[in-house]
Amino acid sequence: MAQITLQNLAHSYSAAPKSDADYALKEMHHVWQDGGAYALLGASGCGKTTLLNIISGLVRPSHGRVLFGNTDVTDAPTAERNIAQVFQFPVVYDTMTVRDNLAFPLRNRGMDAGYIAGRVGQIAKMIGMEDKLDRKARGLTADAKQKISLGRGMVRQDVNAILFDEPLTVIDPHMKWELRTQLKALHRELGHTMIYVTHDQTEALTFADKVVVMHEGRVVQMGTPEELFETPAHTFVGYFIGSPGMNLLDAKIDGATAHIAGHAIPLGKNYAATGRTQIGIRPEFISLTTGTGLPFTLRRVEDVGRHRIVRGEAAGTPINIIAGEGEAIGADMTHVTFDAAKINVYADDWRINGAA
Amino acid sequence: MDKTQNNKAWFLVLPVLVLVAFSAVIPLMTVVNYSVQDTFGQNDFFWAGLSWFEDAISSDRLHEALWRQILFSVIILAIEVPLGIFIAMNMPKSGFWASLVLILMALPLLIPFNVVGTIWQIFGRGDIGLLGHTLDAMGIDYNYTNDPIDAWFTVIIMDVWHWTSLVALLAYAGLQSIPQAYYQAARIDQASRWSVFRYIELPKLQGVLLIAVLLRFMDSFMIYTEPFVVTGGGPGNSTTFLSIDLVKQATGQFDLGPAAAFSIIYFLVILLISWVFYTVMTNLDKQETF
Amino acid sequence: MLEFKGVSRLVEGRVHIHATDLALQKGTMNVLLGPTLAGKTSLMRLMAGLDKPTTGTIHWDGRDVTGMRVQDRKVAMVYQQFINYPAMSVYDNIASPMRLMGISGAEIDRAVKGTAEMLKLTPFLQRKPLELSGGQQQRCALARALVKGAGLVLLDEPLANLDYKLREELRAEIPKIFEESGAIFVYATTEPEEALLLGGHTATLWEGRVTQFGATPQVYRQPADATTARVFSDPPMNFVTAVKNGAQITLGDVKAPVMGAMAALPDGTYRAGFRANHLTLDRESASAVAFPSTIIVTEITGSESFLHLHHGADRWVGLVHGVQHLAPGAQVNVWLDPAHVYLFGQDGRLVAPAPYAMAA
Repeated sequence: MAQITLQNLAHSYSAAPKSDADYALKEMHHVWQDGGAYALLGASGCGKTTLLNIISGLVRPSHGRVLFGNTDVTDAPTAERNIAQVFQFPVVYDTMTVRDNLAFPLRNRGMDAGYIAGRVGQIAKMIGMEDKLDRKARGLTADAKQKISLGRGMVRQDVNAILFDEPLTVIDPHMKWELRTQLKALHRELGHTMIYVTHDQTEALTFADKVVVMHEGRVVQMGTPEELFETPAHTFVGYFIGSPGMNLLDAKIDGATAHIAGHAIPLGKNYAATGRTQIGIRPEFISLTTGTGLPFTLRRVEDVGRHRIVRGEAAGTPINIIAGEGEAIGADMTHVTFDAAKINVYADDWRINGAA
Repeated sequence: MDKTQNNKAWFLVLPVLVLVAFSAVIPLMTVVNYSVQDTFGQNDFFWAGLSWFEDAISSDRLHEALWRQILFSVIILAIEVPLGIFIAMNMPKSGFWASLVLILMALPLLIPFNVVGTIWQIFGRGDIGLLGHTLDAMGIDYNYTNDPIDAWFTVIIMDVWHWTSLVALLAYAGLQSIPQAYYQAARIDQASRWSVFRYIELPKLQGVLLIAVLLRFMDSFMIYTEPFVVTGGGPGNSTTFLSIDLVKQATGQFDLGPAAAFSIIYFLVILLISWVFYTVMTNLDKQETF
Repeated sequence: MLEFKGVSRLVEGRVHIHATDLALQKGTMNVLLGPTLAGKTSLMRLMAGLDKPTTGTIHWDGRDVTGMRVQDRKVAMVYQQFINYPAMSVYDNIASPMRLMGISGAEIDRAVKGTAEMLKLTPFLQRKPLELSGGQQQRCALARALVKGAGLVLLDEPLANLDYKLREELRAEIPKIFEESGAIFVYATTEPEEALLLGGHTATLWEGRVTQFGATPQVYRQPADATTARVFSDPPMNFVTAVKNGAQITLGDVKAPVMGAMAALPDGTYRAGFRANHLTLDRESASAVAFPSTIIVTEITGSESFLHLHHGADRWVGLVHGVQHLAPGAQVNVWLDPAHVYLFGQDGRLVAPAPYAMAA
């Protein structure tokens, strides 16, 4: 097991990158702690798969180094990195039994038979396939095959890291619950460094202690689920985490006050912001009022069951508000107020800190 | 079927049915007709019952040709399938060289059968043929017109040259369709090259290889033109395969009845073996989906 | 109006759809909600005329169309996969159904541009579908379905293959598009939240049977039976044995006051059901009662957390606000207001709706 360091890492698929846009990954410097559970979260095409491939050794970064512990593995092939990987689609050895599939990585490394048998039994129990050990992998369902892939990824105890590349894509929705839960439990039990790539926020936030949000080849935030929700470092994080995402309004920031279309909104803290300034407020922290605050035009109310999403406009910008299940929404609700403590201030899309 | 559909589409199939009737069903029925009659020429036919079939089944000549035929098919399959896979695994995967190799590989398949025969007939000659002359010069006594072993050698090499490409191309297509993730997983599992072949490539090629074996088996079992051009079935009867024997009987000796019975037995043997292959293949598919 | 009269379908002796009566009104959004293999696609194929019912008849505006071919009905369908003609531009893709109907060029042009505008495809009209993102590809397929002005538009899990943010955007747009078209929309989904967002009417399906059909919020808040309640809850509804005795009802082994319609029920044993979001970590109302529970695992969605927990032998799921880190094995009290409890009889029929749902 080892800590993973990405040193001034950047990657471009073109031979002579000229502008920022030529980089699939823009320069980053990160340390991933030993034994941590990380998720790489982002929309398709954001560079998360490239980053995973660099860590696994499938892609050699065009700039910077990758360190496992203190060893530079930038040029080391996959087989030498001592990692395990679970792919988007189940990769199983069809003609082998489930048992042989699980034992395969250990046999190839010449482990002794007693150890292998014990370890395979243990893993089979974790993934709930003890009763299928002697069946051929070929005939199994996609769920079961993916469980074997997961099991094969975890069977070795000495790996530096286990990488998951959207492993639940082919899993039936009702099974996702179970597998997600199992993965989390497995991380606790095994203590490996795990990196989990996904575009699904629930998968990422549930699985990981630290979520790495990527956008256009850049890591825009690396934080705990709370941090991503409460203080998104970039407007993209605000939009991507939460459903619906954070509301953003263009505002002129003047100390502890934001001015939006002639209305003053208290911010609670002092900000010194330049460039394009916006305030971000989550739909959960907006209240409808009959007269105070920003004028609001209601467009429609969507009943999602456990709460309602109120969609409308304020200061020419679409605004979503989450209202409780029983909350009354009258025609006289023409204004909105924001919870000052929950407002984030952004300058050119990046969050800035306020001073008390 | 209780789908809402119309049946007009069947009329569109009619021309094909007519064509098949003329090209396959009617000739086949003619053969069946011949197989149960005898003739002394002048278009006079007599009912002969199943006697031609009895003769054919107990005929040593047919037995010998059949064993020769099976031996030939087994040998060429044993060479072409592994060789084809080996070539496919070593073909470039992409780029200019991939296209070039693909074209080169496809060339032998495009040459007419009798031309292939003629090429090898000349190639193997001791006086002007490159192969025959070279072997002679190396002190190896090679003469496919005299020595049965040399004749077999020539016919087999010729078939391998002609048809290994087909197996290779099919296997190549099969290999190309294996997702990269499998190879990467194997590298992570530290699987040996042999394990990769044994547990990933071979199982994934299974379907394609069955088709290759089926095609090659049927073709080789019916082989006629090339050995006929090269050896004419000789020396003696040593390379007289089923179809050569059949033609000798039918057009050489004009024994229409026995030849017809022979063809039907021949046809049934091929049908039976193809059916076995087909059943095996569909069962594999069933396993796959379950 | 599309009407099913006693429609059923058997395939090789197995029932795919049990005898179903259903009437879909013009200009309505109708959601078919049910888990995979509940019969959503089978029902849609019957509506489209791709399959023939084993029994029963299908009527369109009062006319029997049971045996009519799909080509002769004005039906459009959108699938889970993004089905477009890869070699045609987006413009030609959208225009293709109208060209097949032999409509004049100018009219096609107007319709294509209008539909493209509605689906935000105008900047991409000259591109090929494969050059577009998944969301745009599915918009293109939607545009093709809408442009020909079909009276019946069938959408079979059209958003299932999209990233969740794209899904969120298109989901908010579909009701608007639908309002403008006036056709009968039928939308199949496995997700209760999607059904609620789309509004209109919902038919819940379970094992080939329509368990309830009605206005979406009503089916959600007043499910006719436990099966419907389970289908229309994500995560699935929690259940616990309830014993009513006078003014008191015992849920599991926790005593709670009887509320609303429960009061009129005879004393006895029932099944109590409640949704995950009605379990809270804090006491949020005076009538709420506490259930000592053990956390199995916590899942975080961003703004909310799922708590998987054991209360005695029952396994429940709670959906609570905020990011909650509760370690597996942790002992917590979860609170439930009896106002949020549905009571079902031993046969699964609803006997007392949750009091809050009656008030809403």
